[in-house]
Amino acid sequence: MALAAFGMIYGLQYALFVEHQTLDHMGGSLAQSFSAAASRNLGQSQAALEQYGETKYDYVRQVDAHSHWVGLAMLMIVLGVIFERVNFSEGIRQMVAFSLLAGSALFPLAVILQTYHHGALVLKALAVVGSGLVIVALAATAWGFARPHTTA
Amino acid sequence: MPAITRPFPDSASFAPANSAPGSAPGFAPMSARRLYIFGGIALIAAGLLFGDIFAVFILHQNAARQGEALVAASRAVAAGNAAAVNEVFSQLGNLLEDRGTKVDAHVHMIDAGYLAMLLALVQPYIALSRQTKKSLAALFIASGVLLPAGIFLIHYVGLTGSPFAAIGWASVLADSAGALLILVLTVQAWGFWQYLRRRQLSEAELPDPELPDPELPDEDSMPRRALLTGGTILVLLGFLHGVYYAGTLLYEHERMETAILQRLINAATAGNLDAATTEVNNFGSLAGARAVNIAAHSHIIEFGLLAMLLSFVQPFVFLSEKWKRRWVKVLLGGSVILPVFVLLELKFGLLAGGIADIGGLMVMVGLVGMLVGILRYSGGLDVAESAAGGAR
Repeated sequence: MALAAFGMIYGLQYALFVEHQTLDHMGGSLAQSFSAAASRNLGQSQAALEQYGETKYDYVRQVDAHSHWVGLAMLMIVLGVIFERVNFSEGIRQMVAFSLLAGSALFPLAVILQTYHHGALVLKALAVVGSGLVIVALAATAWGFARPHTTA
Repeated sequence: MPAITRPFPDSASFAPANSAPGSAPGFAPMSARRLYIFGGIALIAAGLLFGDIFAVFILHQNAARQGEALVAASRAVAAGNAAAVNEVFSQLGNLLEDRGTKVDAHVHMIDAGYLAMLLALVQPYIALSRQTKKSLAALFIASGVLLPAGIFLIHYVGLTGSPFAAIGWASVLADSAGALLILVLTVQAWGFWQYLRRRQLSEAELPDPELPDPELPDEDSMPRRALLTGGTILVLLGFLHGVYYAGTLLYEHERMETAILQRLINAATAGNLDAATTEVNNFGSLAGARAVNIAAHSHIIEFGLLAMLLSFVQPFVFLSEKWKRRWVKVLLGGSVILPVFVLLELKFGLLAGGIADIGGLMVMVGLVGMLVGILRYSGGLDVAESAAGGAR
């Protein structure tokens, strides 16, 4: 719930204070690139196109981080209600839950930090580790749900 | 119609022993949980239907018009007409708004449905009076309808009659509905906080016996297990696809986009209109590739979450076991078919798109089948309750 609230608040502040300006900037850069080309100002056209690419790079990641935070939080709330049905020992269940929580927080965070350091390898690695934790935890959860309830 | 083998599902036994025969406090007439479940499933089904209509009648046509606009922009660049370029981009913005508001309406309607189902699930942990919960549920469902309706109307209403410089009445409607949703969620969070506080007190100090809702029945049936396991696997597959896309295609697509646009501008500036048109087609193909990957990723995860949420309401689906299993299979089958064939649209075009739409239809049919079962269950409860009331 904390992650969902954080994701929603992040999305709200982004929508209110950043998104419209970003979209205007993105559309404006692309239009300016074509417009400058029509005026045969190729240097300005290329600069505007690069600006478009960078703005879109940031926009995609900001939206992705927001939606993944909220989505993963919703998934965790649903799983939290029925986690006792994951048919493993309490220790393994806790490990699975911790992996899911850590991955759900880390993965979107690493994605959003990439907007400040474009293409940073460490951040890409963190995103991979975060999503890996979520995947392993989900695989374990699915296996735990499918196991018959006699061994719990 | 499905054969009915017993007057009520076994799960009706979750009703406390001291309640009226056939009654189920967790699913009382017009209770918050009932409103959330009915409203949630209806919102999801309506959102899916809207998405299918959008995909069939608007999406491809809109993409074609975007391509035409880019071709027109390249012609304007070739002619050295900057004013015409701006005019074309204004039209392009209009097309993108048309598409974007429809996608947003589809997504927000389904997400409001998911949230409603989620709220139905957590009602036992919300320490508020039944009347407050019921009012909040009604407000949530109404806002869940108004929010996508407002978003849908943004493109058509525009700034007509609006006193604001940049925000039209449809945006005001959508934003107000969104604010109401946030308000309901905030009150629910406060109710959850109250629940946690009360749990810390001893049971004797629990002030109001009316407050706690019964938890959902703990049934271990095949449909429920299949939905839980299938749903988790769908979410897992969605994540694996997301990792594959992010690792192998995302950066390449981003590089390709700017490269194609650069080549388009260069070709147009050089007056090479054929090359410019080719680049517009390349741009369209790239946009298609991105769109199908993102759609497959998001749809398979959303359907996984839907399957998991529906597993909770299975005890309320008043159908024979055979029909319950059928609807589960139809829903899970459609949940796999839609994203897989959306991905295959790149190779097989409209044929795959048509099969994907059938997948979406299967999810809708499964969903409505379950909703019918829940309506039958609640109708049976209401009749039994009124009969018991009459006898007293």
